[in-house]
Amino acid sequence: MDSYFLILFTEIYKILFLLVPVLVSVAMIVWLDRRVWAFVQKRRGPNVVGPFGLFQSLADALKYIFKEVIIPASSNKLVFVLAPVVTMTLALISWAVIPFSEDFVLADINVGILYLFAVSSLGVYGIIMGGWASNSKYPFLGAIRSAAQMVSYEVSIGVIIINVLLCVGSLNLSDIVMAQQNLWFVIPLFPMFVIFFISALAETNRPPFDLPEAEAELVAGYQTEYSGMMYAMFWLGEYANILLMCAMGAVLFLGGWLSPIDIFPFNAIPGPFWLIFKILFLFILFALVKATVPRYRYDQLMKLGWKIFLPFSLFYVVLTSSFLLYFDLLPGK
Amino acid sequence: MIAHSVFFYIFSLIAIVSAVMVTVSKNTVHSVFFLILDFISISCLFIMIGAEFLGMIMLIVYVGAVAVLFLFVVMMLNVAEQKGQWFSSRWDGGTHIPVGLLVSLIIFFELIIVIGGWKYKPDLLNSLSINISTEVTNTRSIGNVLYTDYIFLFQISGMILLVAMIGAIVLTYRERAGVKRQSYVKQISRERDDGVDLVEAERNKGVKIDA
Repeated sequence: MDSYFLILFTEIYKILFLLVPVLVSVAMIVWLDRRVWAFVQKRRGPNVVGPFGLFQSLADALKYIFKEVIIPASSNKLVFVLAPVVTMTLALISWAVIPFSEDFVLADINVGILYLFAVSSLGVYGIIMGGWASNSKYPFLGAIRSAAQMVSYEVSIGVIIINVLLCVGSLNLSDIVMAQQNLWFVIPLFPMFVIFFISALAETNRPPFDLPEAEAELVAGYQTEYSGMMYAMFWLGEYANILLMCAMGAVLFLGGWLSPIDIFPFNAIPGPFWLIFKILFLFILFALVKATVPRYRYDQLMKLGWKIFLPFSLFYVVLTSSFLLYFDLLPGK
Repeated sequence: MIAHSVFFYIFSLIAIVSAVMVTVSKNTVHSVFFLILDFISISCLFIMIGAEFLGMIMLIVYVGAVAVLFLFVVMMLNVAEQKGQWFSSRWDGGTHIPVGLLVSLIIFFELIIVIGGWKYKPDLLNSLSINISTEVTNTRSIGNVLYTDYIFLFQISGMILLVAMIGAIVLTYRERAGVKRQSYVKQISRERDDGVDLVEAERNKGVKIDA
């Protein structure tokens, strides 16, 4: 019986050791996002609370905690309360499989990439539940939009993952990273990386694809009726998802924890730092896109997903597999 | 092993209770939510018997796509308004009970056959031509079987699904007049000469545009 408790406590310790930094970095990343956005627009951004405004997110969090949570009288109360919880939980459980280095991964499961894909495809439920339970027009429209959008872009992300898997021959995330020791997949699969990046923007409802919460049309989309800490949980979940998508991009295309070149000053830096650098790099790209690209129209969004990305990534699957077959490079024989 | 069986009973209990709630709950959207819970707990059961690939595919396909479409349809059609009409004889002149009974009888007999066949499982396993190895991951062993021995069946089922998809699109597609569409080629290839037209306007007559 003691061994059970020991395992339980070590696991809980490991989970906290992963989740607390993730939550703190989510708060920091919100600040970074706003700063980058401000610098592009020649503003200062949040710079008052703490050095460089670093504690802005903490101040915001404090504000949200002390605000009243309003639950609309005509809402479906249970689903209304569950929606932000679902968003937040799903955003956090996917971090379990992200490998930070060879031996620093919470759950090194065989089907890691499928797990990531499955959890990110569940992410749509938080939004649908929130939109439906609010029992109001704008949230409902936002929820319907986001359901269609996320399902569409998941298809192309799935096909892109197939491209990577063809080169690796395993669904395990650590194997995917180790397969990139000689060559990061961003080089042979560069078009796929670009499409993955854009699909990740759409999947996380980031601008220019933030139609579910397009404030000009839908007030705040599915979040309209939410207030206080429940709104903050949606927000945290959203940013945790963005970070996760960046981590996924880093693992799939940018060689995860590997250093760019295997010579002294670079390979002395421990693996987790490299992964964090890569996640930050991708996140700054996310923030720059938010600051520079205007919002898409809904039909353009659907056209881009179904008529351009899906056929092109399918074509690339054929290309990759024929290349690997012709040059006899197929892994796992 | 104790922990294993405890989790097995938790997941199967959730699966059975939510399956019952799918049919019992009055609100259609709640039914779909219970269906999703059912799918999730069944995929947990799959993972517990070591079929992690099937469990994940179950999550991705059923929960991530099929159930989203269910929710979509249920929310859009507002089925909740037809509450209480489903089993009454007024609706559409007849009831759905005979059809429902027939379908559930068929499923019941199928279940009896499957569970009855469970007794002969060891014999079945021996008679299989595929050798099941426990060393490779089950993703790999499914692929090994699916893309070698059963490649034609696999491809045919894919073709049937494709035809069904195209058929559904053809059946529901209707051309509507007066819908404005955007053509990038047309927009980009537009020159100054196409867009600007210099006209000598006659006084008090006006010009006819959009000719």
